[in-house]
Amino acid sequence: MRYLPLTPADRGDMLSAIGASSIEALFADVPSAALLDGPIESLPGHASEMAVERHMARLAGQNTAAGEAPFFLGAGAYRHHVPASVDHLIQRGEFLTAYTPYQPEIAQGTLQMLFEFQTQVARLYGCDIANASMYDGSTAAWEAVAMARRITKRGKALLSPGLHPHYAGNIKTMAKFTGDQIVYDAPSLSADAGEDALIAQIDGETSCVMVQYPDILGRLPDLAKIAEAAHAQGALLVAVVTEPVALGAIRSPGELGADIVVGEGQSIGVGLQFGGPYLGLFACRSEHVRHMPGRLCGETVDASGKRGFVLTLSTREQHIRREKATSNICTNSGLCALAFSIHMTLLGGTGLAALAAENHRLACLAADKLAELPGVSVLNDSFFNEFCLVLPTDARALVRDLALDGVLAGVSLGRLYPGEEGLANGLLVAVTETTSEDDIDALVTAIREKLA
Amino acid sequence: MNANPSGWRPSTPEAVTLDGEGAPTSTGNRALMLEEGLIFEIGSLNNCGVDLPTPSAETSTRLGGMSRSTPPALPGLSEPEMVRHYTRLSRQNYAIDLGLFPLGSCTMKHNPRLNEKVARMAGFADLHPLQPMNSIQGALGVIDELAHWLVTLTGMHSVAMSPKAGAHGELCGVLCIRAALEARGDPREVMLVPSSAHGTNPATAAFAGYKVEAIPAGDDGRIDFAALKARLGPDVAGLMITNPNTCGLFERDMIAICEAVHAAGGYVYCDGANFNAIVGRVRPGDLGIDAMHINLHKTFSTPHGGGGPGSGPVVLSEALAPYAPLPYVTKAADGSFELVEEGDEGAGESFGRMAAFHGQMGMFTRALAYILSHGADGLAQVSGDAVLNANYVLRALEDVMEAPFAHAGPCMHEALFSDEGFAKGFSTLDVAKALIDEGFHPMTVYFPLVVHGAMLIEPTECESKAALDEFIGALRGIVERARAGDEALHLAPLYAPRARLDETAAARKPKLVWSD
Repeated sequence: MRYLPLTPADRGDMLSAIGASSIEALFADVPSAALLDGPIESLPGHASEMAVERHMARLAGQNTAAGEAPFFLGAGAYRHHVPASVDHLIQRGEFLTAYTPYQPEIAQGTLQMLFEFQTQVARLYGCDIANASMYDGSTAAWEAVAMARRITKRGKALLSPGLHPHYAGNIKTMAKFTGDQIVYDAPSLSADAGEDALIAQIDGETSCVMVQYPDILGRLPDLAKIAEAAHAQGALLVAVVTEPVALGAIRSPGELGADIVVGEGQSIGVGLQFGGPYLGLFACRSEHVRHMPGRLCGETVDASGKRGFVLTLSTREQHIRREKATSNICTNSGLCALAFSIHMTLLGGTGLAALAAENHRLACLAADKLAELPGVSVLNDSFFNEFCLVLPTDARALVRDLALDGVLAGVSLGRLYPGEEGLANGLLVAVTETTSEDDIDALVTAIREKLA
Repeated sequence: MNANPSGWRPSTPEAVTLDGEGAPTSTGNRALMLEEGLIFEIGSLNNCGVDLPTPSAETSTRLGGMSRSTPPALPGLSEPEMVRHYTRLSRQNYAIDLGLFPLGSCTMKHNPRLNEKVARMAGFADLHPLQPMNSIQGALGVIDELAHWLVTLTGMHSVAMSPKAGAHGELCGVLCIRAALEARGDPREVMLVPSSAHGTNPATAAFAGYKVEAIPAGDDGRIDFAALKARLGPDVAGLMITNPNTCGLFERDMIAICEAVHAAGGYVYCDGANFNAIVGRVRPGDLGIDAMHINLHKTFSTPHGGGGPGSGPVVLSEALAPYAPLPYVTKAADGSFELVEEGDEGAGESFGRMAAFHGQMGMFTRALAYILSHGADGLAQVSGDAVLNANYVLRALEDVMEAPFAHAGPCMHEALFSDEGFAKGFSTLDVAKALIDEGFHPMTVYFPLVVHGAMLIEPTECESKAALDEFIGALRGIVERARAGDEALHLAPLYAPRARLDETAAARKPKLVWSD
């Protein structure tokens, strides 16, 4: 077997060295009733590299890749161009095949990268500090709710209707077990991002108000107004950003008063990957550092006085605190953080702004063309690179039909909010720099034909 | 022979004696070992390594008054500068690709490059999670095929694929237990966790609302079964047990333990971090467990990536299966696949969603390629070789290092030593740092907590006998130096990119972001 270096002769020599008659004899502690006497017969045997590649390629070929079709899906996962150098560098074995940097003297590469990543995330979000990443945006959002409870010692979290429903779903699941009270309703098809209605619900029991920016329908809520109202009641504002490219064009949540900012980093460097692995970003004010979940990398010096980096403040974490830890999280999303950091280093602030401008330009173009279709309207007054179309028909069925014609039209609200009849005609359309003007025309034509 | 006109001649160098660090260089570099500044020091706010259209100043925006006036303060680098920065950083890392990485319980095995290639096929990598089902049949097929392998290899009823890492999988399993207990109107308060458990176990149980009580280890490194039986009762929701355990030993009483917990009305969660020791030879379902997460990044070799991403599918017994999280994949009579999501038929008793989308697809493709490569026969050889390698290390070192449970028989995939009776004045930390200078990654140190100064060595099946012999020789050499009172051991590592780092100072006044 190509991944196993021991030869039959090695095995024989080693068994004699340890005084065992066979490898099976080393499994003597397993109850005999549970020890199999040979390979599991219903499963196939080993296969060559070529055979495995052929099998996997066949499965891959049964999907419509985003790049093969005019493609307009978003809703928390965005298709952006990732420069070739990013994927090349993350495949260097020293990054790919390293472990969590528990031995910092021989892990400075990973640690310095994490320190740079933390700084990039903090600056992007307009916050003081950031951690070394979480699993994804949705799990980071739950961790923010739990952190707000620890800081405010209050148990009621108010989630904006504009929060991604999967994020809300995850938070509701976790809250069932921790006893947090969660206030959340699905959005309605309105251009109003609902700041006033949300503010009216904040009270003295509220730990945090969680607001997505841009929100699930692409609208841009006024975070500053919500921050002020939350702070007046002693509650925190948690901002959620599912499309980080937007922050090249719009003001950062930290600057607008958010106390904690979390989100998905997948847009920068990571790729679509059918939903995972993704990259949870987590940033906050420095005064709350000891309430933060997840790994943190900090600067220090070595015994010879040279600057170096280590994992730090681990007294918050499970391997030290066990049942008293701030979170049970152990693994983060290190390699995705590296991809994000490399891509962000290529872009820089000016590149991010230019990328955001191009996304917005194409999205405006698409919105204008789609709005001309009879019976179709654009819901949004404001948006970045994603907006909500209101169709004269059920959007989920239309998306399914268009996929058969080779157009991946967007994410229907019916898929995101099953059973919400008032939303069934909503279609989220995302446009990025990878979308060509021909793609936009193809979408307009395809919808026109289906609606005719 | 004509002389080279430039004056070049083949030469023989003068003999040099290397003494400690040698002479300083003006750059601080050491030939191939290059010091590298931070991107904030070497980059500029106006530099960019991507060619993008210049934004037109006149373009009107629809940003609802939220436009920013200046770009974020993020430095950029051109592509060649960027490639050099990260290449230099990479060279300051130890990695499996460089050498033996015997981190006990972490399972650092070779990452086959076929798996990287497969994960990057456009039909997997360039797929949006919310595409309509008719455009993702192959992706759902991958999830279904991997799920079939996981269920069959573990002898369990079903598997929840969406958890994003081991600890997330633990949470999934414990939430299934809590949901099942609540469904039968018997909510319980206590989760039992052996004192040798990973820290994630008590953290997970506490998160799920349970009071955590520790069960001690017996003299043989296994759970004290009598103490466990004595504690079982109507308030105990279950037991979280690692098998093989963190001392590298198989829990001999596992079947009886599961029976006792079940008789008391509780469930057994197995931490599957060490499933790689028994894969293909023992099905945990045959032992009687109710739930177990599988770290795809351990047993099935998806890369650790310097700390993730992981992936932690959870296999479940028939009793817990109805409560599994959303979404999951089902196969229709016509062979087509569907995702069951919120509001769909069959979503009824699920405890809900644990993350956006459907799990770590990029890890599923890699793990499936690994599993298909080995097949059922190869996987049994994997666990066999892993256990053989660990026992070889155990027996080769037990005469010079204290192996607290070696008398109790063979170990499984990892060999546990302690610093009990070690050379006076030297600790586990000194051994670990000295191994760095010898060119190895240290073993897991100070875990598990049940022995003093633990050193947990997991060589994995991916090491040759020659590599193990070299490692064993290095470790024996370090022990000899300690016994001879070689104070220089306290200074190790001397040859790494950094000497020992001041972790206390880092925590006292945390500096977590760069500032000038």
